[in-house]
Amino acid sequence: MDREVPPVPELKVAVPSSMQSGEGGGAIPAMFAATQYLDEEERILKPAEPALFRLSNVNFWYGHKRALADVGLEIPVNKVTALIGPSGCGKSTLIRCLNRMNDLIPGVRVEGLVEYREQDIYAPKIDPVEVRRRIGMVFQKPNPFPKSIYDNVAFGARVNGYKGNMRELVQQSLRQAALLDEVQGDLRKSGLALSGGQQQRLCIARALAVQPDVILMDEPCSALDPIATLKIEDLIRELVKEFTIVIVTHNMQQAARVSDYTAFMLADETGAGSLIEYGHTQEIFTNPKDKRTEDYITGRFG
Amino acid sequence: MTRVGFDRQLSEIQEDMLVLAGMVESAIERGMQSLRERNLELAKQVIADDVKLNDKRRDIEEHCLELIAMQQPLASDLRTIVSVLHITVDLERMGDHAEGIAKVTLMMADEAPLEPYVDIPKMAQLASQMLVSSLEAFKDRDSARARAICDMDDEVDTLYDSVYRKLIEIMIEHPETIERGIHLTWVAHNLERIADRVTNICERVVYLVEGHILELNVSKY
Repeated sequence: MDREVPPVPELKVAVPSSMQSGEGGGAIPAMFAATQYLDEEERILKPAEPALFRLSNVNFWYGHKRALADVGLEIPVNKVTALIGPSGCGKSTLIRCLNRMNDLIPGVRVEGLVEYREQDIYAPKIDPVEVRRRIGMVFQKPNPFPKSIYDNVAFGARVNGYKGNMRELVQQSLRQAALLDEVQGDLRKSGLALSGGQQQRLCIARALAVQPDVILMDEPCSALDPIATLKIEDLIRELVKEFTIVIVTHNMQQAARVSDYTAFMLADETGAGSLIEYGHTQEIFTNPKDKRTEDYITGRFG
Repeated sequence: MTRVGFDRQLSEIQEDMLVLAGMVESAIERGMQSLRERNLELAKQVIADDVKLNDKRRDIEEHCLELIAMQQPLASDLRTIVSVLHITVDLERMGDHAEGIAKVTLMMADEAPLEPYVDIPKMAQLASQMLVSSLEAFKDRDSARARAICDMDDEVDTLYDSVYRKLIEIMIEHPETIERGIHLTWVAHNLERIADRVTNICERVVYLVEGHILELNVSKY
């Protein structure tokens, strides 16, 4: 920056050399605070709100490769919890453990306890299809079916044998997903004819139509432009009044904007991801406790 | 991964802030000197220099805003920039108080000196020391020291009390000194305000290091 700096007056009291002049002084540390690695109880918060999910000692393997190492946290009800961390830290694996979406991949193994409403969702008597109905999911790329808007939204409800007024359900789901006003005129139009942001909201409407309790979002805005992204973010803040939301995002500003709690994950040298810090989003982004979190969110990681 | 350009700019705003602090310290020192020596030229210089001080403060603010807008700082980076923004505002106001002292010099120009200046020079010395120490605490990220500096403000307040009482006594005994006495209470008041603003700097140092916004000092005044 090209500015004229006024002459520096001579100081009478002994001051550090760098204070006496803008040039040649000692370097000012760019970073400080959060200089230590902390014990688990100090860096992993237990939210005050009732926990909808309670994870303890969750380990996950893709074949022989461990992807999650001893993850334990509580996800509070009616809050947005963001999972952040560099690629390969296990955040997508973790979010997929919450509705047994990982079961669909051959050769995977889960250890530890994933409790949803105090039920072990990996217990033998549990029906994974019912788990996925209660705990819906929205993916990175909008993936509407090659069907009409109406049929996209009605699809899950039909599969589940929904007996109520389908038309109302579709309208209500589209309204909840903040899409109804834009498509009301023509619900027969193909879902694929919508814009990317609209398609993603259609996918959210589709997830809502099976009347879930939780919505998991795995990088829901990474394929969207900034305007469509902000619409989804506004929608997330609306939906959290009724649902519990867990979101994986690479965009830290997005995590800061939409979430109430943030979990920061990092993989060790073997590639197994673990939970480094978990706390109120505001605290994580203004005053993280662990040095690794500080390094990551200030962009000095790696 | 490093952020070389960003780190350099973060250092720049902090160095600029320390330069501004040096300008303020000099303004206090020269303001007091102008008063002691009845040096009207020096007083006018202090008043004129306040414009430079204000410009410097504005430059730093612009630089901070630019960093916030362009770099989306978080965690300690964010706390650094926010602290610099707050501290520079306090420094500019301290500069105004130093200018206030120089203005008193001009007002008292035609009057005979009122000796001694009781504890006013001591107040000035203490306030300057507090200022410099608070910026050392900033530079060293030393929140314990920042807290300790706040205790010095009580000393300044006590000195202010005694200066005030003493000046009133003199004015009662020698009514012809009333105008000069009142002017000197203004000087003492300016110094008291300067020391009080140092405690704001100390609060920012604690925020910078510990992440909490605290009220460290509830001043008597």
